[in-house]
Amino acid sequence: MSICTLEELTELLRETLGDDEEINLDGDIRDVPLSELGFDSLAKLELAASLRHRYGVIVPDGVIETLLTPADTLAWVNGEIAVVA
Amino acid sequence: MTATITGLGVVAPNGVGVDTYWPAVLDGVSGLARLADGHAARIGGTVDGGTEGIPGRLAVQTDRWTQLALRGCALALTDADLDPDGLDAFDLGVVTASSSGGNEFGQREIQKLWAQGPDYVGTYQSIAWFYAATTGQISIRHQAKGPCGVLVSEQAAGLDALGQARRVLRDDAQVVISGGTEAPLSPYALVCQSTNEGFSVSADPDVAYLPFDDRADGYVPGEGGALIVIERSEHARRRGVRRYADLAGYAASFDPPPGSSRPPTLTAAIRGALADAGLTPGDIDVVFADGAGTRDADRAEAEALAAVFGPGGVPVTVPKALTGRLYAGGSSLDVATAALAIHHGVIPPTGGSTGAGPSCPIDLVQGAPRPGPVRSALVVARGAGGFNAAAVLTTPAE
Repeated sequence: MSICTLEELTELLRETLGDDEEINLDGDIRDVPLSELGFDSLAKLELAASLRHRYGVIVPDGVIETLLTPADTLAWVNGEIAVVA
Repeated sequence: MTATITGLGVVAPNGVGVDTYWPAVLDGVSGLARLADGHAARIGGTVDGGTEGIPGRLAVQTDRWTQLALRGCALALTDADLDPDGLDAFDLGVVTASSSGGNEFGQREIQKLWAQGPDYVGTYQSIAWFYAATTGQISIRHQAKGPCGVLVSEQAAGLDALGQARRVLRDDAQVVISGGTEAPLSPYALVCQSTNEGFSVSADPDVAYLPFDDRADGYVPGEGGALIVIERSEHARRRGVRRYADLAGYAASFDPPPGSSRPPTLTAAIRGALADAGLTPGDIDVVFADGAGTRDADRAEAEALAAVFGPGGVPVTVPKALTGRLYAGGSSLDVATAALAIHHGVIPPTGGSTGAGPSCPIDLVQGAPRPGPVRSALVVARGAGGFNAAAVLTTPAE
């Protein structure tokens, strides 16, 4: 299973939040807090579900809280993919 | 404390926005049309452009019913010339009516549940389906931290929500966003309604819903409703805004179970609302009737009105014949229409019906609007299961 890129993750973020001109996911958002991008607790659960369906990666509830930025999320997802591989 | 209506946000099958809806009602323009084949109903009232302007981030987490309400809310706030940001957040409450809730959103998630498994049911199902979703989303969007709530009594809920809004204004709110909408035209929702008493399966939009008519043979469903800004009169006066009508009286009652020897209690709700308004039947210039559209229900309502007003004792109108029954949006839209009738001094006609049948001793306004001062209007609503509610609107007090 190939790794999740920032580009792919950004696409997932966009799908989760909905198409909205007020949401800016352009540029290098790696270290922008997810909360600033518009993610409340429900949106993060929805994102975790999408990661599960798309990459087969489980994001336990305890871990979801610790994923504060897209960079954190990429690190977790790609770490889990590497373990399985 | 007098509660007065200062903003109307209409989202109806025959018009979105007061400026489109009101002329359509006066001209008898119907919003009823054939639904797509395969549904459990042939005719319904759909709203075109009812969800325009909803931000994408709200669209993914809301059902169409809430989106119609968000559109209505935006229209109502503009109509009331009210910017919620200029209010103390705790002075603004939200009390809406709800009925079937997020049925279309729920149907999609149920399909995922059965086709793909529980893990594919989306997180937003948790907030999109339930009765309070519209109140919640409006409250979040406009930072309304005052008393909030939702009333669930089918077609009567719009009046019950206004009654609760008035209680909340008497307490400590200054402004309440009230009213309600419904989106009952998903396949799942239509199947649920198909066993309702009086649900029409006619395929002809011109005769499918004829309240009080001799040919009455059921009602058709519709989507949409109205969001209503209601505030304390003194608050409206300080803002210097136009007031449509005061909510002078409100009452509710509940019917005994089917088969009971006790009679229905609609008359009690009507008399209660009149008493609450400090008015007599002779003071009422028009009744916006529930108009369920079946011979039995129409006769029962006509008899209740005759008991209070005398046979043919007051003009009666049912503009919802042009939109269908909107359930949680229905009596809110009736209130909006009654407020417009008072404001413009004209009674809109009952679309479609050619006149009240012999078993309904009422003066039904049909064919053309009836101009003349409308100083007070009675709005009547009955919700399936036994809910009755009545509200009295009057010209705003000086």
